[in-house]
Amino acid sequence: MTPIAIALNRFGLGYRRGDALPGEAKGWLLGQIEDYEPAPPALGDTQYTADDIRALVEQASDIQSDLRDAQEKGNGKADEIRAMRQELTREQRQRFVGDVALRARLALESDTPFMERMVHFWANHFAVSSDKDRMKALVGPHEFGAIRPHVTGNFADMLRAAALHPAMLAYLDQFRSQGPNSDAERRRQRRGGPSRGLNENLGREILELHTLGVDGGYTQEDVKELARALTGWTLQGLPYAKAAVPQPGGGAFFAYIHEPGERVILGQRYANTGADQALRILDDLAKHPSTARFIATKLARHFTGDAPPQTLVDRLAESFIDSRGDLPTLYRTLVESDEVWAAEPLKFRTPWDWSLAMLRAGGEPRLADRRFAIMLRELGQEAWTPGSPAGWDDRDASWTGANSLLRKVEAAERFAGAARLEDARELAEAMLPGSLSQTTRAIIAGAESNEMGFALLMASPEMLRR
Amino acid sequence: MLDRRTLLASGAAAGTLAAFGPRVAFAQGSGEKRLLVLVMRGATDGLSLAAPVADPAFRSLRAAWLETYANATKLDGTFRLHPSLGEVARMYGDGDALVAHAVATDYRERSHFDAQNLLESGATRPFERRDGFLNRLVGLANNGDMAAVALAPAMPLALRGDNPATTYAPSNLPQASEGLLARLPALYGDDPQLAAMWQQAQELEGLADGTEMGSLRKASDAGTLAARMLREKDGARIAMLDVPGWDTHANQARMLARGFGKLDALLGAFRKGIGPAWKDTLVLAVTEFGRTAAINGTGGTDHGTASAALLMGGGIRGGRVVADWPGLAPSQLYEGRDLRPTTSLEALVAGALAEHFGLDAEEAMRVLFPGRNNRPIAGLLV
Repeated sequence: MTPIAIALNRFGLGYRRGDALPGEAKGWLLGQIEDYEPAPPALGDTQYTADDIRALVEQASDIQSDLRDAQEKGNGKADEIRAMRQELTREQRQRFVGDVALRARLALESDTPFMERMVHFWANHFAVSSDKDRMKALVGPHEFGAIRPHVTGNFADMLRAAALHPAMLAYLDQFRSQGPNSDAERRRQRRGGPSRGLNENLGREILELHTLGVDGGYTQEDVKELARALTGWTLQGLPYAKAAVPQPGGGAFFAYIHEPGERVILGQRYANTGADQALRILDDLAKHPSTARFIATKLARHFTGDAPPQTLVDRLAESFIDSRGDLPTLYRTLVESDEVWAAEPLKFRTPWDWSLAMLRAGGEPRLADRRFAIMLRELGQEAWTPGSPAGWDDRDASWTGANSLLRKVEAAERFAGAARLEDARELAEAMLPGSLSQTTRAIIAGAESNEMGFALLMASPEMLRR
Repeated sequence: MLDRRTLLASGAAAGTLAAFGPRVAFAQGSGEKRLLVLVMRGATDGLSLAAPVADPAFRSLRAAWLETYANATKLDGTFRLHPSLGEVARMYGDGDALVAHAVATDYRERSHFDAQNLLESGATRPFERRDGFLNRLVGLANNGDMAAVALAPAMPLALRGDNPATTYAPSNLPQASEGLLARLPALYGDDPQLAAMWQQAQELEGLADGTEMGSLRKASDAGTLAARMLREKDGARIAMLDVPGWDTHANQARMLARGFGKLDALLGAFRKGIGPAWKDTLVLAVTEFGRTAAINGTGGTDHGTASAALLMGGGIRGGRVVADWPGLAPSQLYEGRDLRPTTSLEALVAGALAEHFGLDAEEAMRVLFPGRNNRPIAGLLV
């Protein structure tokens, strides 16, 4: 691959129809770090606020409590309320499909595709998944509201925003967690009533997946201590937490269920300062050398394949530590590293990235929202649905099943039939400047139609790998 | 008009396939023995799967859920099967199903991802190995001449590795045109990896005959598809399928009624679809770890240690619960909270696979689950 082909494909999202090719590969990438827009006009400015999420939670809670009432009273309204609940589920699914399409549109229209890649990288690092109950309408707001604003900021700020966003608090059941010695629990012991226990999910995943990594040197007791510190962090709009104080990221803090007392994590002591206790722990975790190493390894793997060069990992980790988690510095270190510019392909494209490359090359996306979502599911990577807080696995073996190849061929032909395409032979040269094999060039040239030529280009070894 | 799928499903496929070069994955001579592995991701509550209703500690720990088992199938004097598992109960009655209880891998922490990684890789430490135990089984059984397929859009760790294995999931996309398909072997002419992937894709499509399939999310379709993959003479011999939805931190009773119901529908459809080959089939349903013995504050249970596993098939010495029951009194619980593991899941799986495929049990243990001292369990199959 030539440097321009590497910049377009390995770092970016592929050639966009109508664009001039970048003049100089590194400069083009470095410029994108400066030019990145966290909130492009297409995103709008009112759609994903804390109030909006609050309304969603209230709506769902109201329906649940109305349903309980109706069932207790036996007044025959239960069916009507169930229908409302179904309607809400349908609305949320529609919103999800719309959010996926919006995510794709931002990527397709972006002039800073390298930074869009980083948006997707971080969203996968702090993964929430749409397949859990009531998550469909929250996964979009998580990326738009907690990831995008911090992609060219500091890791510590992104950690606070992403780990304590309502979507994460809901996904990892944090809103259900309650301190065993909290005021709420003491009151319960005096008067009876339903007990809620400590829930370790978010505490564990912050340590294992968001910061230190599984070998990062923490213990089960650290998990528990972090879980205790996190008690009180909950959603806005819950009927039993009306006194919870709204927090900047869209969550809320409810002191009544917070576990009192000092916490000790990795030997460090944290006084009970309410909501701030967890924030200060997160800040320290963000700076930890294990976090630097974990992030460096994932980033290196994302661009150089399953076994990233140790030199690259070390350099990125050092850059993370020296800059105290300044992400633009980390990206510049990546772009300046020779290992990422290896001429041979290093990695398979994920279905998501492959689909975007196809839509960018085809020009204006002519697939309807729903169709796009279906295509991604068929290709094995439904957007925002990795099924686990660990996110999508970023190794080739996850994306090289035979079945996925056939699905790509089907998807490419279907797309080609719907798009008004340029000459596939010229398009191939623009998408992979100086990097097409003789075989691929000849097979495309020998296609029965331009549409078939395009489908063959999308199925070519050069487009499947990067 | 003959379309591609009917073409491939019929005998006419042979010539088409031959043109793609030597068969890589789906070779003849794979033997008769078949294996379906169901991975119940999310940590299935073994105490709900097979409830030890005669254990007094269980009755107090799980008092709120005892009603569920009032009319449930008795497995023996101690255990009752979850009522949503009607097909399993029938197999159990026929002597074709066995429940192993208080089983766990040698993982003793409580992370799903580490535990699943260890279960699938067969390593002793998470992320120690990049290949999976099922992939190594492909190399071990039938002189490596055994086709394996993951029924999933992407390859799970258990089947990743040096031995051939592939993935399949039904498609809702329109079929690609013959002209396009015919050009792909040449497009991959210089690329052995993609050429092999392409050939496998074609073979799988023929076997699955998936034109009327919905998605893998529909349990009965998934069971039928697994059966189609395994039943043919030149079909796959190992299939793997995820059955998710077991992380029941809240509302466990409702979630498990649904979860076991889906598992049961899948097994029922598989049993029906596999037909006479059931006698040569082993089905394993395993999970990464169990859940806490007590009910938590949100009507659920949290990450625990030992759980239960299901072994099914025509060759199973079934109709029994295999367990060295540790009890559930406070002093008997692992770390004061979980069902104590008394049987090694690795030893159970290695023992069953060795008997099923006629392998040396010690070697199976060594290759599939290296670095462990447990002796593979014998006498699971007839």
